[in-house]
Amino acid sequence: MRRILAKELNAFFSSIAAYLVLGIFLVVTGLLMWVFPDTAVLSYGYADMSTLFTFGPYIFLFLVPAITMRLFAEENKGGTMELLLTKPLRDWDIIVGKYFAGIIIILVALIPTLIYYYSVYALGNPVGNIDSAGVTGSYIGLFLLAAVFCAAGLFASSLTENQILAFLLGAFLCFLIYAGFDGLSRMSLSGSAAYMMERIGILYHYEAMSKGLLDSRDIYYFVCTILLFLFLTKMKISSRKW
Amino acid sequence: MSVRVENLTKMYDDQKAVDDLSFEVTEGRILGFLGPNGAGKSTTMKIATGYIPPSQGTVYVNGMDVRSNSLAIRKITGYLAEQNPLYSEMYIAEFLRFCGGLYELSGRKLKQRVGEMMDLCGLMPEQKKKIGKLSKGYKQRVGLAQALIHEPDVIILDEPTSGLDPNQITEIRNLIKHLSLDKTVLLSTHIMQEVEALCEDVVIINKGKIVGSGTVDELKSKSEKGMVLIVEFSDVPAVEVLMRINGISEIEFESKNKIRLYCSKDVDPRSAIFQYASEAKLELLGLQVQKNSLEEIFTQLTKKSDK
Repeated sequence: MRRILAKELNAFFSSIAAYLVLGIFLVVTGLLMWVFPDTAVLSYGYADMSTLFTFGPYIFLFLVPAITMRLFAEENKGGTMELLLTKPLRDWDIIVGKYFAGIIIILVALIPTLIYYYSVYALGNPVGNIDSAGVTGSYIGLFLLAAVFCAAGLFASSLTENQILAFLLGAFLCFLIYAGFDGLSRMSLSGSAAYMMERIGILYHYEAMSKGLLDSRDIYYFVCTILLFLFLTKMKISSRKW
Repeated sequence: MSVRVENLTKMYDDQKAVDDLSFEVTEGRILGFLGPNGAGKSTTMKIATGYIPPSQGTVYVNGMDVRSNSLAIRKITGYLAEQNPLYSEMYIAEFLRFCGGLYELSGRKLKQRVGEMMDLCGLMPEQKKKIGKLSKGYKQRVGLAQALIHEPDVIILDEPTSGLDPNQITEIRNLIKHLSLDKTVLLSTHIMQEVEALCEDVVIINKGKIVGSGTVDELKSKSEKGMVLIVEFSDVPAVEVLMRINGISEIEFESKNKIRLYCSKDVDPRSAIFQYASEAKLELLGLQVQKNSLEEIFTQLTKKSDK
Protein backbone atom coordinates (compact mmCIF):
# COMPACT_ATOMS: atom_id res chain seq x y z
CA MET A 1 0.00 0.00 0.00
CA ARG A 2 2.82 2.35 1.00
CA ARG A 3 4.54 1.78 -2.33
CA ILE A 4 1.42 2.59 -4.32
CA LEU A 5 0.86 5.72 -2.23
CA ALA A 6 4.43 6.84 -2.84
CA LYS A 7 4.18 6.10 -6.55
CA GLU A 8 0.98 8.11 -6.94
CA LEU A 9 2.32 11.10 -5.00
CA ASN A 10 5.49 10.94 -7.04
CA ALA A 11 3.58 10.81 -10.29
CA PHE A 12 1.29 13.66 -9.22
CA PHE A 13 3.92 16.04 -7.96
CA SER A 14 6.24 15.41 -10.89
CA SER A 15 3.58 16.57 -13.32
CA ILE A 16 2.62 20.14 -14.09
CA ALA A 17 -1.02 19.23 -13.47
CA ALA A 18 -0.34 19.06 -9.74
CA TYR A 19 0.81 22.65 -9.47
CA LEU A 20 -1.98 23.78 -11.73
CA VAL A 21 -4.63 22.11 -9.58
CA LEU A 22 -3.18 23.41 -6.31
CA GLY A 23 -2.54 26.83 -7.83
CA ILE A 24 -6.08 27.16 -9.14
CA PHE A 25 -7.54 26.14 -5.81
CA LEU A 26 -5.54 28.72 -3.91
CA VAL A 27 -6.03 31.50 -6.46
CA VAL A 28 -9.80 30.99 -6.59
CA THR A 29 -10.25 30.73 -2.82
CA GLY A 30 -7.90 33.68 -2.33
CA LEU A 31 -9.82 35.87 -4.79
CA LEU A 32 -13.16 34.95 -3.24
CA MET A 33 -11.91 35.48 0.31
CA TRP A 34 -10.01 38.70 -0.12
CA VAL A 35 -10.56 40.40 -3.45
CA PHE A 36 -14.03 40.07 -5.01
CA PRO A 37 -16.13 42.71 -3.22
CA ASP A 38 -19.28 40.55 -3.16
CA THR A 39 -17.65 37.80 -1.19
CA ALA A 40 -14.53 39.26 0.42
CA VAL A 41 -14.23 39.26 4.18
CA LEU A 42 -12.85 42.79 4.17
CA SER A 43 -15.90 44.39 2.63
CA TYR A 44 -18.27 42.17 4.60
CA GLY A 45 -17.03 43.56 7.87
CA TYR A 46 -17.53 40.48 10.00
CA ALA A 47 -14.62 38.32 11.07
CA ASP A 48 -15.73 34.96 9.72
CA MET A 49 -14.68 32.55 7.00
CA SER A 50 -18.03 31.49 5.64
CA THR A 51 -16.90 32.44 2.12
CA LEU A 52 -14.29 29.69 2.07
CA PHE A 53 -16.69 27.11 3.41
CA THR A 54 -19.55 28.10 1.11
CA PHE A 55 -17.51 28.15 -2.07
CA GLY A 56 -14.97 25.50 -1.07
CA PRO A 57 -17.27 22.56 -1.89
CA TYR A 58 -18.01 23.97 -5.35
CA ILE A 59 -14.32 24.36 -6.10
CA PHE A 60 -13.63 20.85 -4.84
CA LEU A 61 -16.49 19.63 -7.01
CA PHE A 62 -14.22 20.22 -9.98
CA LEU A 63 -10.76 19.97 -8.51
CA VAL A 64 -11.07 16.66 -6.68
CA PRO A 65 -12.22 14.76 -9.81
CA ALA A 66 -9.34 16.45 -11.63
CA ILE A 67 -6.97 14.98 -9.04
CA THR A 68 -8.53 11.51 -9.03
CA MET A 69 -9.30 11.11 -12.71
CA ARG A 70 -5.98 9.58 -13.65
CA LEU A 71 -5.60 7.28 -10.65
CA PHE A 72 -7.20 4.24 -12.29
CA ALA A 73 -8.05 5.46 -15.79
CA GLU A 74 -4.36 5.76 -16.64
CA GLU A 75 -3.62 2.25 -15.39
CA ASN A 76 -6.60 0.88 -17.31
CA LYS A 77 -5.45 2.55 -20.48
CA GLY A 78 -1.80 1.54 -20.23
CA GLY A 79 -2.66 -2.02 -19.22
CA THR A 80 -0.57 -1.54 -16.09
CA MET A 81 -3.37 -2.87 -13.90
CA GLU A 82 -2.19 -6.29 -15.05
CA LEU A 83 1.31 -5.42 -13.91
CA LEU A 84 0.08 -4.34 -10.46
CA LEU A 85 -2.35 -7.20 -10.02
CA THR A 86 0.26 -9.84 -10.82
CA LYS A 87 2.57 -8.39 -8.19
CA PRO A 88 2.09 -9.50 -4.59
CA LEU A 89 -0.47 -6.78 -3.87
CA ARG A 90 -4.02 -7.15 -2.62
CA ASP A 91 -6.72 -5.27 -4.49
CA TRP A 92 -7.23 -3.24 -1.32
CA ASP A 93 -3.54 -2.27 -1.19
CA ILE A 94 -3.92 -0.63 -4.58
CA ILE A 95 -7.27 1.05 -3.84
CA VAL A 96 -6.32 2.35 -0.40
CA GLY A 97 -2.88 3.46 -1.61
CA LYS A 98 -4.40 5.49 -4.40
CA TYR A 99 -7.15 6.85 -2.15
CA PHE A 100 -4.71 8.10 0.47
CA ALA A 101 -2.60 9.69 -2.24
CA GLY A 102 -5.69 11.68 -3.22
CA ILE A 103 -6.36 12.60 0.41
CA ILE A 104 -2.81 13.84 0.90
CA ILE A 105 -3.05 16.02 -2.19
CA ILE A 106 -6.31 17.50 -0.88
CA LEU A 107 -4.65 18.21 2.46
CA VAL A 108 -1.78 19.93 0.68
CA ALA A 109 -4.35 22.17 -1.02
CA LEU A 110 -6.23 22.82 2.19
CA ILE A 111 -3.34 23.56 4.55
CA PRO A 112 -2.30 26.91 2.98
CA THR A 113 -5.82 28.23 3.59
CA LEU A 114 -5.02 28.18 7.31
CA ILE A 115 -3.29 31.48 6.55
CA TYR A 116 -6.75 32.89 5.81
CA TYR A 117 -7.83 31.83 9.26
CA TYR A 118 -4.80 33.46 10.83
CA SER A 119 -5.38 36.65 8.80
CA VAL A 120 -9.03 36.92 9.83
CA TYR A 121 -8.03 36.11 13.40
CA ALA A 122 -5.39 38.84 13.44
CA LEU A 123 -7.55 41.41 11.64
CA GLY A 124 -10.47 40.95 13.99
CA ASN A 125 -11.35 43.80 16.31
CA PRO A 126 -10.62 42.91 19.02
CA VAL A 127 -7.97 40.48 17.75
CA GLY A 128 -9.17 36.91 17.85
CA ASN A 129 -12.81 37.80 17.53
CA ILE A 130 -13.68 34.82 15.39
CA ASP A 131 -15.79 31.76 16.01
CA SER A 132 -12.85 29.36 16.23
CA ALA A 133 -15.02 26.38 17.08
CA GLY A 134 -17.16 27.04 14.02
CA VAL A 135 -14.09 27.34 11.82
CA THR A 136 -12.63 24.10 13.18
CA GLY A 137 -15.90 22.28 12.58
CA SER A 138 -16.10 23.73 9.10
CA TYR A 139 -12.53 22.68 8.31
CA ILE A 140 -13.25 19.14 9.43
CA GLY A 141 -16.48 19.23 7.43
CA LEU A 142 -14.76 20.54 4.30
CA PHE A 143 -12.02 17.96 4.62
CA LEU A 144 -14.50 15.11 5.04
CA LEU A 145 -16.51 16.41 2.12
CA ALA A 146 -13.38 16.41 -0.04
CA ALA A 147 -12.63 12.91 1.22
CA VAL A 148 -16.04 11.76 -0.01
CA PHE A 149 -15.45 13.47 -3.35
CA CYS A 150 -12.09 11.73 -3.54
CA ALA A 151 -13.69 8.31 -3.04
CA ALA A 152 -16.37 9.10 -5.62
CA GLY A 153 -13.75 10.35 -8.08
CA LEU A 154 -11.64 7.25 -7.52
CA PHE A 155 -14.63 5.05 -8.26
CA ALA A 156 -15.40 7.05 -11.43
CA SER A 157 -11.78 6.63 -12.51
CA SER A 158 -11.91 2.87 -12.04
CA LEU A 159 -14.83 2.61 -14.46
CA THR A 160 -13.09 3.86 -17.58
CA GLU A 161 -9.78 4.17 -19.34
CA ASN A 162 -10.61 7.66 -20.57
CA GLN A 163 -9.48 10.37 -18.16
CA ILE A 164 -11.91 12.99 -19.47
CA LEU A 165 -14.80 10.61 -18.96
CA ALA A 166 -13.48 9.81 -15.50
CA PHE A 167 -13.40 13.52 -14.71
CA LEU A 168 -16.92 14.20 -15.98
CA LEU A 169 -18.35 11.17 -14.25
CA GLY A 170 -16.53 12.05 -11.05
CA ALA A 171 -17.75 15.64 -11.12
CA PHE A 172 -21.30 14.44 -11.77
CA LEU A 173 -21.18 11.98 -8.87
CA CYS A 174 -19.81 14.67 -6.55
CA PHE A 175 -22.48 17.10 -7.65
CA LEU A 176 -25.19 14.49 -7.15
CA ILE A 177 -24.19 13.68 -3.59
CA TYR A 178 -23.37 17.25 -2.67
CA ALA A 179 -26.28 19.24 -4.06
CA GLY A 180 -28.35 16.79 -6.07
CA PHE A 181 -30.08 14.97 -3.24
CA ASP A 182 -30.67 18.22 -1.40
CA GLY A 183 -32.23 19.74 -4.50
CA LEU A 184 -34.42 16.71 -5.05
CA SER A 185 -35.63 16.83 -1.48
CA ARG A 186 -37.05 20.30 -2.14
CA MET A 187 -39.29 18.98 -4.87
CA SER A 188 -42.81 18.30 -3.80
CA LEU A 189 -42.08 14.94 -2.25
CA SER A 190 -43.96 13.57 0.69
CA GLY A 191 -42.53 14.66 4.04
CA SER A 192 -40.64 11.50 4.95
CA ALA A 193 -39.24 10.99 1.44
CA ALA A 194 -37.95 14.56 1.42
CA TYR A 195 -36.45 14.01 4.87
CA MET A 196 -34.66 10.87 3.66
CA MET A 197 -33.50 12.52 0.47
CA GLU A 198 -32.04 15.47 2.32
CA ARG A 199 -30.07 13.22 4.63
CA ILE A 200 -28.59 11.17 1.79
CA GLY A 201 -26.97 14.32 0.44
CA ILE A 202 -23.78 15.77 1.89
CA LEU A 203 -25.06 19.32 2.26
CA TYR A 204 -27.24 18.58 5.27
CA HIS A 205 -24.36 17.02 7.20
CA TYR A 206 -21.86 19.57 6.01
CA GLU A 207 -23.98 22.48 7.20
CA ALA A 208 -24.48 20.83 10.54
CA MET A 209 -20.73 20.61 10.96
CA SER A 210 -20.15 24.21 9.86
CA LYS A 211 -21.95 25.30 12.98
CA GLY A 212 -19.09 23.80 14.96
CA LEU A 213 -21.22 20.87 16.05
CA LEU A 214 -19.40 17.57 15.56
CA ASP A 215 -22.20 15.03 15.74
CA SER A 216 -21.10 11.41 15.52
CA ARG A 217 -24.00 10.74 13.13
CA ASP A 218 -22.56 13.21 10.64
CA ILE A 219 -19.12 11.68 10.96
CA TYR A 220 -20.63 8.23 10.41
CA TYR A 221 -22.36 9.54 7.34
CA PHE A 222 -19.10 10.73 5.81
CA VAL A 223 -17.17 7.60 6.72
CA CYS A 224 -19.91 5.34 5.39
CA THR A 225 -20.15 7.22 2.10
CA ILE A 226 -16.39 6.97 1.68
CA LEU A 227 -16.47 3.23 2.41
CA LEU A 228 -19.37 2.76 0.02
CA PHE A 229 -17.41 4.24 -2.88
CA LEU A 230 -14.26 2.35 -1.97
CA PHE A 231 -16.26 -0.89 -1.93
CA LEU A 232 -17.77 -0.05 -5.30
CA THR A 233 -14.22 0.50 -6.60
CA LYS A 234 -13.15 -2.82 -5.15
CA MET A 235 -16.09 -4.49 -6.88
CA LYS A 236 -15.07 -2.97 -10.18
CA ILE A 237 -11.44 -4.08 -9.77
CA SER A 238 -12.52 -7.59 -8.81
CA SER A 239 -14.96 -7.77 -11.71
CA ARG A 240 -12.14 -9.15 -13.86
CA LYS A 241 -12.70 -12.32 -11.92
CA TRP A 242 -16.36 -12.69 -12.83
CA MET B 1 9.19 -25.25 -7.93
CA SER B 2 7.13 -26.86 -10.62
CA VAL B 3 4.09 -25.42 -12.32
CA ARG B 4 1.27 -27.93 -12.63
CA VAL B 5 -1.80 -27.13 -14.68
CA GLU B 6 -4.62 -29.47 -13.74
CA ASN B 7 -7.82 -29.91 -15.73
CA LEU B 8 -7.86 -26.18 -16.31
CA THR B 9 -10.96 -24.75 -17.96
CA LYS B 10 -11.72 -21.08 -18.54
CA MET B 11 -15.02 -19.88 -19.92
CA TYR B 12 -15.59 -16.41 -21.33
CA ASP B 13 -19.36 -16.21 -21.42
CA ASP B 14 -20.22 -19.27 -23.50
CA GLN B 15 -16.85 -19.59 -25.15
CA LYS B 16 -14.27 -22.00 -23.86
CA ALA B 17 -10.88 -20.30 -24.00
CA VAL B 18 -9.12 -23.15 -22.22
CA ASP B 19 -10.63 -26.61 -22.24
CA ASP B 20 -9.62 -29.19 -19.64
CA LEU B 21 -5.90 -28.49 -19.99
CA SER B 22 -3.35 -30.48 -17.99
CA PHE B 23 0.43 -30.36 -18.18
CA GLU B 24 3.41 -29.76 -15.97
CA VAL B 25 6.52 -27.63 -16.17
CA THR B 26 9.21 -29.61 -14.39
CA GLU B 27 11.48 -27.84 -11.98
CA GLY B 28 14.46 -26.17 -13.60
CA ARG B 29 13.31 -26.68 -17.17
CA ILE B 30 12.05 -24.38 -19.88
CA LEU B 31 8.71 -25.34 -21.36
CA GLY B 32 7.63 -23.82 -24.64
CA PHE B 33 3.92 -23.24 -24.74
CA LEU B 34 2.87 -23.19 -28.37
CA GLY B 35 -0.30 -22.53 -30.21
CA PRO B 36 -1.86 -20.35 -32.87
CA ASN B 37 -3.19 -16.95 -31.85
CA GLY B 38 -6.27 -17.26 -29.69
CA ALA B 39 -5.49 -20.83 -28.64
CA GLY B 40 -5.68 -19.95 -24.96
CA LYS B 41 -1.99 -19.45 -24.15
CA SER B 42 -2.32 -16.03 -22.58
CA THR B 43 -5.42 -17.05 -20.66
CA THR B 44 -3.59 -20.00 -19.13
CA MET B 45 -0.69 -17.77 -18.16
CA LYS B 46 -2.97 -15.11 -16.68
CA ILE B 47 -4.57 -17.79 -14.54
CA ALA B 48 -1.18 -19.12 -13.45
CA THR B 49 -0.16 -15.64 -12.27
CA GLY B 50 -3.40 -15.12 -10.37
CA TYR B 51 -4.64 -12.28 -12.58
CA ILE B 52 -7.85 -14.07 -13.48
CA PRO B 53 -9.38 -17.09 -11.76
CA PRO B 54 -10.02 -20.45 -13.46
CA SER B 55 -13.60 -21.53 -14.21
CA GLN B 56 -12.72 -25.13 -13.39
CA GLY B 57 -9.56 -26.98 -12.49
CA THR B 58 -6.57 -25.08 -11.20
CA VAL B 59 -2.87 -24.36 -11.45
CA TYR B 60 -0.40 -25.36 -8.76
CA VAL B 61 2.80 -23.38 -8.51
CA ASN B 62 5.30 -25.02 -6.21
CA GLY B 63 2.43 -27.06 -4.82
CA MET B 64 0.35 -23.98 -3.98
CA ASP B 65 -3.10 -23.58 -5.47
CA VAL B 66 -3.66 -20.28 -7.33
CA ARG B 67 -7.22 -20.17 -6.10
CA SER B 68 -6.22 -19.99 -2.44
CA ASN B 69 -2.56 -18.94 -2.41
CA SER B 70 -2.44 -16.34 -5.11
CA LEU B 71 -0.45 -13.83 -3.07
CA ALA B 72 2.25 -16.31 -2.07
CA ILE B 73 2.52 -17.50 -5.67
CA ARG B 74 2.86 -13.96 -6.99
CA LYS B 75 5.81 -13.46 -4.61
CA ILE B 76 7.86 -16.25 -6.19
CA THR B 77 6.75 -15.73 -9.78
CA GLY B 78 8.05 -13.31 -12.36
CA TYR B 79 5.64 -12.45 -15.14
CA LEU B 80 6.06 -10.66 -18.42
CA ALA B 81 2.63 -9.98 -19.91
CA GLU B 82 2.00 -10.08 -23.62
CA GLN B 83 1.51 -6.32 -24.00
CA ASN B 84 4.39 -5.67 -21.62
CA PRO B 85 2.67 -2.89 -19.67
CA LEU B 86 5.11 -0.31 -18.26
CA TYR B 87 4.84 3.16 -16.77
CA SER B 88 6.02 5.34 -19.60
CA GLU B 89 6.49 8.38 -17.35
CA MET B 90 9.06 6.64 -15.15
CA TYR B 91 12.80 6.32 -15.61
CA ILE B 92 14.10 2.76 -15.93
CA ALA B 93 15.78 2.62 -12.54
CA GLU B 94 12.80 4.33 -10.89
CA PHE B 95 10.46 1.74 -12.37
CA LEU B 96 12.67 -1.17 -11.32
CA ARG B 97 12.91 0.28 -7.80
CA PHE B 98 9.13 0.53 -7.69
CA CYS B 99 8.68 -3.07 -8.86
CA GLY B 100 11.36 -4.35 -6.51
CA GLY B 101 9.64 -2.49 -3.69
CA LEU B 102 6.40 -4.31 -4.43
CA TYR B 103 8.31 -7.54 -3.81
CA GLU B 104 9.41 -6.12 -0.49
CA LEU B 105 12.99 -5.56 -1.48
CA SER B 106 14.39 -2.48 0.17
CA GLY B 107 17.50 -0.55 1.08
CA ARG B 108 20.84 -1.85 -0.11
CA LYS B 109 19.40 -5.12 -1.43
CA LEU B 110 16.95 -3.26 -3.68
CA LYS B 111 19.65 -0.93 -4.94
CA GLN B 112 21.93 -3.85 -5.66
CA ARG B 113 19.25 -5.83 -7.54
CA VAL B 114 18.26 -2.80 -9.63
CA GLY B 115 21.91 -2.34 -10.59
CA GLU B 116 22.33 -6.02 -11.40
CA MET B 117 19.23 -6.15 -13.57
CA MET B 118 20.21 -2.96 -15.41
CA ASP B 119 23.59 -4.55 -16.12
CA LEU B 120 22.28 -7.98 -17.07
CA CYS B 121 19.58 -6.63 -19.36
CA GLY B 122 21.92 -4.11 -20.94
CA LEU B 123 19.87 -1.12 -19.87
CA MET B 124 22.76 1.04 -18.74
CA PRO B 125 23.15 2.95 -22.06
CA GLU B 126 19.50 4.07 -21.87
CA GLN B 127 19.32 4.80 -18.17
CA LYS B 128 18.70 8.51 -18.60
CA LYS B 129 15.60 8.00 -20.73
CA LYS B 130 12.02 7.69 -19.63
CA ILE B 131 10.50 4.33 -20.45
CA GLY B 132 8.07 5.91 -22.90
CA LYS B 133 11.01 7.07 -25.04
CA LEU B 134 12.66 3.65 -25.33
CA SER B 135 12.61 1.46 -28.43
CA LYS B 136 10.52 -1.68 -28.37
CA GLY B 137 13.53 -3.91 -27.79
CA TYR B 138 14.61 -1.91 -24.77
CA LYS B 139 11.08 -1.85 -23.41
CA GLN B 140 11.05 -5.61 -23.64
CA ARG B 141 14.30 -5.69 -21.67
CA VAL B 142 12.76 -3.48 -19.02
CA GLY B 143 9.79 -5.88 -18.93
CA LEU B 144 12.14 -8.81 -18.42
CA ALA B 145 14.10 -6.92 -15.79
CA GLN B 146 10.97 -6.18 -13.75
CA ALA B 147 9.88 -9.81 -13.99
CA LEU B 148 13.22 -11.03 -12.66
CA ILE B 149 14.11 -8.34 -10.13
CA HIS B 150 13.13 -10.42 -7.11
CA GLU B 151 14.98 -13.55 -8.27
CA PRO B 152 11.79 -15.54 -8.81
CA ASP B 153 11.85 -19.34 -8.89
CA VAL B 154 9.17 -19.47 -11.54
CA ILE B 155 9.20 -17.29 -14.64
CA ILE B 156 6.20 -16.88 -16.91
CA LEU B 157 6.85 -15.10 -20.18
CA ASP B 158 4.05 -14.39 -22.63
CA GLU B 159 5.46 -14.01 -26.14
CA PRO B 160 8.62 -12.26 -24.97
CA THR B 161 9.97 -11.66 -28.49
CA SER B 162 6.87 -10.70 -30.44
CA GLY B 163 7.19 -7.55 -32.48
CA LEU B 164 10.97 -7.36 -32.30
CA ASP B 165 13.41 -7.28 -35.18
CA PRO B 166 15.65 -10.33 -35.80
CA ASN B 167 18.64 -8.87 -33.93
CA GLN B 168 16.54 -7.96 -30.96
CA ILE B 169 14.94 -11.39 -30.98
CA THR B 170 18.35 -13.03 -30.75
CA GLU B 171 19.39 -10.66 -27.97
CA ILE B 172 16.25 -11.23 -25.93
CA ARG B 173 16.51 -14.98 -26.47
CA ASN B 174 20.08 -15.03 -25.24
CA LEU B 175 19.02 -12.95 -22.30
CA ILE B 176 16.24 -15.36 -21.42
CA LYS B 177 18.57 -18.30 -21.77
CA HIS B 178 21.14 -16.63 -19.59
CA LEU B 179 18.73 -15.46 -16.91
CA SER B 180 16.70 -18.62 -16.66
CA LEU B 181 19.42 -21.02 -15.61
CA ASP B 182 18.00 -23.36 -12.98
CA LYS B 183 14.65 -21.58 -12.94
CA THR B 184 11.34 -23.04 -13.95
CA VAL B 185 10.19 -21.25 -17.06
CA LEU B 186 6.90 -21.28 -18.92
CA LEU B 187 7.29 -19.41 -22.19
CA SER B 188 4.61 -18.92 -24.78
CA THR B 189 5.31 -18.21 -28.40
CA HIS B 190 4.15 -18.98 -31.88
CA ILE B 191 7.63 -18.85 -33.34
CA MET B 192 9.07 -22.33 -33.83
CA GLN B 193 12.73 -21.36 -33.97
CA GLU B 194 12.28 -19.88 -30.55
CA VAL B 195 11.20 -23.20 -29.15
CA GLU B 196 14.11 -24.97 -30.79
CA ALA B 197 16.53 -22.35 -29.53
CA LEU B 198 15.25 -22.10 -25.97
CA CYS B 199 13.00 -24.86 -24.82
CA GLU B 200 13.52 -28.35 -23.55
CA ASP B 201 9.89 -29.38 -23.40
CA VAL B 202 7.00 -28.38 -25.59
CA VAL B 203 3.25 -28.28 -25.20
CA ILE B 204 1.22 -27.42 -28.26
CA ILE B 205 -2.37 -26.34 -27.77
CA ASN B 206 -5.14 -25.43 -30.12
CA LYS B 207 -8.58 -24.16 -29.19
CA GLY B 208 -7.78 -24.62 -25.53
CA LYS B 209 -6.79 -28.27 -25.84
CA ILE B 210 -3.44 -30.03 -25.94
CA VAL B 211 -2.69 -31.39 -29.40
CA GLY B 212 0.89 -32.43 -28.77
CA SER B 213 3.47 -32.50 -26.02
CA GLY B 214 6.89 -33.89 -25.20
CA THR B 215 10.48 -32.91 -25.65
CA VAL B 216 11.44 -31.16 -28.88
CA ASP B 217 12.96 -34.37 -30.32
CA GLU B 218 10.02 -36.51 -29.32
CA LEU B 219 7.66 -34.20 -31.09
CA LYS B 220 9.77 -34.15 -34.21
CA SER B 221 9.75 -37.92 -34.42
CA LYS B 222 5.97 -37.95 -34.10
CA SER B 223 5.55 -36.50 -37.55
CA GLU B 224 3.30 -38.37 -39.93
CA LYS B 225 5.44 -37.63 -42.94
CA GLY B 226 8.66 -39.41 -43.76
CA MET B 227 11.96 -37.76 -44.52
CA VAL B 228 12.63 -35.39 -47.36
CA LEU B 229 15.84 -35.80 -49.40
CA ILE B 230 17.48 -33.36 -51.73
CA VAL B 231 19.64 -35.25 -54.22
CA GLU B 232 21.93 -33.80 -56.84
CA PHE B 233 23.22 -35.91 -59.73
CA SER B 234 25.83 -35.15 -62.35
CA ASP B 235 23.21 -35.52 -65.07
CA VAL B 236 19.41 -35.72 -65.43
CA PRO B 237 18.13 -38.80 -63.54
CA ALA B 238 15.40 -41.08 -64.81
CA VAL B 239 12.28 -40.40 -62.86
CA GLU B 240 10.52 -43.69 -63.71
CA VAL B 241 13.41 -45.72 -62.30
CA LEU B 242 13.64 -43.63 -59.15
CA MET B 243 9.91 -43.91 -58.54
CA ARG B 244 10.32 -47.68 -58.48
CA ILE B 245 12.56 -47.45 -55.41
CA ASN B 246 10.72 -48.59 -52.34
CA GLY B 247 9.56 -45.72 -50.15
CA ILE B 248 9.76 -42.82 -52.55
CA SER B 249 6.34 -41.32 -52.87
CA GLU B 250 6.91 -38.12 -54.79
CA ILE B 251 9.61 -36.45 -56.85
CA GLU B 252 9.99 -32.76 -57.52
CA PHE B 253 12.65 -31.14 -59.72
CA GLU B 254 14.52 -28.29 -58.14
CA SER B 255 16.65 -27.84 -61.25
CA LYS B 256 17.64 -30.02 -64.21
CA ASN B 257 19.70 -32.47 -62.20
CA LYS B 258 18.66 -31.70 -58.65
CA ILE B 259 15.57 -33.35 -57.23
CA ARG B 260 13.56 -33.34 -54.05
CA LEU B 261 12.32 -36.74 -52.90
CA TYR B 262 9.45 -37.18 -50.49
CA CYS B 263 9.63 -40.52 -48.72
CA SER B 264 7.00 -42.55 -46.92
CA LYS B 265 7.08 -42.72 -43.16
CA ASP B 266 9.75 -44.86 -41.50
CA VAL B 267 11.59 -45.73 -44.73
CA ASP B 268 15.13 -44.72 -45.55
CA PRO B 269 15.81 -45.09 -49.31
CA ARG B 270 19.24 -43.50 -49.26
CA SER B 271 21.26 -46.65 -50.01
CA ALA B 272 18.86 -47.55 -52.82
CA ILE B 273 19.42 -44.14 -54.38
CA PHE B 274 23.16 -44.61 -54.19
CA GLN B 275 22.79 -47.97 -55.88
CA TYR B 276 20.67 -46.46 -58.64
CA ALA B 277 23.30 -43.80 -59.25
CA SER B 278 26.07 -46.32 -59.70
CA GLU B 279 23.92 -48.55 -61.93
CA ALA B 280 22.87 -45.61 -64.11
CA LYS B 281 26.51 -44.44 -64.26
CA LEU B 282 25.59 -41.12 -62.66
CA GLU B 283 27.70 -39.38 -60.10
CA LEU B 284 26.02 -38.46 -56.88
CA LEU B 285 27.02 -34.85 -56.20
CA GLY B 286 25.00 -34.30 -53.12
CA LEU B 287 22.51 -35.93 -50.78
CA GLN B 288 20.93 -33.92 -48.09
CA VAL B 289 18.36 -34.99 -45.50
CA GLN B 290 15.85 -32.33 -44.60
CA LYS B 291 14.67 -32.93 -41.09
CA ASN B 292 11.05 -32.51 -40.27
CA SER B 293 10.88 -29.08 -38.81
CA LEU B 294 8.90 -28.31 -35.73
CA GLU B 295 6.99 -25.89 -37.87
CA GLU B 296 5.57 -28.69 -40.00
CA ILE B 297 4.60 -30.63 -36.93
CA PHE B 298 2.92 -27.59 -35.48
CA THR B 299 0.90 -27.13 -38.66
CA GLN B 300 0.01 -30.82 -38.82
CA LEU B 301 -1.11 -30.99 -35.22
CA THR B 302 -3.10 -27.79 -35.16
CA LYS B 303 -4.72 -28.40 -38.55
CA LYS B 304 -5.69 -31.91 -37.54
CA SER B 305 -7.48 -30.68 -34.45
CA ASP B 306 -9.26 -28.01 -36.45
CA LYS B 307 -11.00 -30.67 -38.49
